[in-house]
Amino acid sequence: MWKDKAMRLLMLSAASTSIFLVVLIFIFLVKEAAPFALKPGLDALFDRQWIPVSFVQERYGILPLITGSALVTGLSMLFTIPLSVLGAIYIAEIASPVEREILKPFIELLASIPSVVLGFFGLVVLAPLIKTFFGLGTGLSALTGALLLTLMAIPTVISLSEDAIMSVPHAYKDASRALGASDLQTIFQVIIPAALPGIIAAIMLGTGRVIGETMAVLMVTGNSALMTWSPLAPVRTMTATIAAEMGEVSFGSLHYQALFWIGLVLLAVTFLLNIIAQRVLVRYGMMK
Amino acid sequence: MICKKIVPWLAVLLLLVSCDSGEKGSTQSQSGSQKAISIKGSDTMVHLTSSWAELYMGQHPDAQISVTGGGSGTGIAALLNGTTDICASSRELQGKEKELAVQKKIDLVEHAVARDGLAIIVNPANPVEELSMEQLRKIFTGEYTNWQEMGGPDLPVIVLSRESSSGTFVFFQEHVLNKADYTPRARLLAGTSALVQSVASDKGAITYVGLAFALEAKATVKMVGVKSAEDTAAVLPSDETVRAGHYPVARPLYLYTNGTSSPEAKAFVDFCLSEEGQKIVTETGYISVK
Repeated sequence: MWKDKAMRLLMLSAASTSIFLVVLIFIFLVKEAAPFALKPGLDALFDRQWIPVSFVQERYGILPLITGSALVTGLSMLFTIPLSVLGAIYIAEIASPVEREILKPFIELLASIPSVVLGFFGLVVLAPLIKTFFGLGTGLSALTGALLLTLMAIPTVISLSEDAIMSVPHAYKDASRALGASDLQTIFQVIIPAALPGIIAAIMLGTGRVIGETMAVLMVTGNSALMTWSPLAPVRTMTATIAAEMGEVSFGSLHYQALFWIGLVLLAVTFLLNIIAQRVLVRYGMMK
Repeated sequence: MICKKIVPWLAVLLLLVSCDSGEKGSTQSQSGSQKAISIKGSDTMVHLTSSWAELYMGQHPDAQISVTGGGSGTGIAALLNGTTDICASSRELQGKEKELAVQKKIDLVEHAVARDGLAIIVNPANPVEELSMEQLRKIFTGEYTNWQEMGGPDLPVIVLSRESSSGTFVFFQEHVLNKADYTPRARLLAGTSALVQSVASDKGAITYVGLAFALEAKATVKMVGVKSAEDTAAVLPSDETVRAGHYPVARPLYLYTNGTSSPEAKAFVDFCLSEEGQKIVTETGYISVK
């Protein structure tokens, strides 16, 4: 039947479009970034300073941007993981149906706040709070960015972890109870270990979301390209750098190519996180 | 087998190609339409250019002008890439951009249409009233880190600046920092309003903004006088001091067109330079060139 075949073909091409696009994007990134490896050479990227506009000497070291992204992401996950995992346990195991009905929509609502709105909130409300609390000169710091990102990561991590906890077979719980274990013992010694791969995957995906987030961090982290691990220092993330500078560069310049290298690094990191998440899920049989 | 696998890919490819050509067709028809002029560039000048555009469109009902910001660098790049008719820029072309224009055989025409003074603003709680150009350079390059060094209170200096895509960033770097780099500790904020907001709330903060913005925010931030040299008197930025050339941190604002720009674009630039256009310059808080 030609109709069947045609339909099959149409749907197959629809399904492959996204793969095709990802490959295209990757090729495009590599193509735009590649000349940089030939002319100043890749070691220029390992400079410790990012000074793209200078009358003296432009420097395209992406190390401070990587540490900036790492600091903000790490801090944010430090807040996100306990909040989300404990929250997910509560929603999945302890909450009454009524509580669940109230909690879940609100968490989903959090996910739907546009990041630029959160950024605005961060700039006007959160930054002054952090400034007063730590007695700083200004609240534009890595910590402020991390707190905002926590708000964005929580919905992702909570709902995925909750799914993982919910998918633990009921028989485990019954068996644990039958052995005389308390609720708390059951949760922490049976359910959490069983759901752990799913929770780890949720955390990985949340991290991917946080690393890729742009607008909110651009507004509140201060954007100084410093190599620092102090949460109260201003940092410049990879995403913010691309967003702030891409509009200005003349096409094909070194600066332009350096920005594409940042894009490649970002893509590689998120790709890696996704792979790890998938691997964990497959390995523990939570995904086929 | 192989055939089966390749066919869908070909289908997708075809689809993409057809999309692509469709898009090209539409932009062509757009640029072919008669009186549309697009102006792109300096964020500082957006208010000014859109005021001009409004009045101009009022007088010429068939003219269509779109104004976008994005920074002077963005505008110049757009003009060089042929995606805008007029570029608004708060700085002159840099060597590299001139080279690129020569390479692309684009004949850029510069029109100085207004002047702007950059006000140096600090928090109202900061007792410092005046700074010399030398002190400004040392603050923004990171040599001075405490207000004590400038006769102020014991308070760390927080240097705030526009992002590097801004013409103001480059102008300030060239004329005040003597082409030195900004301190890496400078916090780069995305727009003028974010800068004003931060200076208004952070005691040790200092930054530069266009005079028009500083005057608008007079209630929440304080302008400091600037001394051209150690032994001269400090000058506060104002219409008179900028036009007379007494205030040292001032700059011309430009519109750039290319040699092949449409007559409509040229007519618009002439309008900006006319008496009527220059009146708008004054009304929007800049300083007229005539």
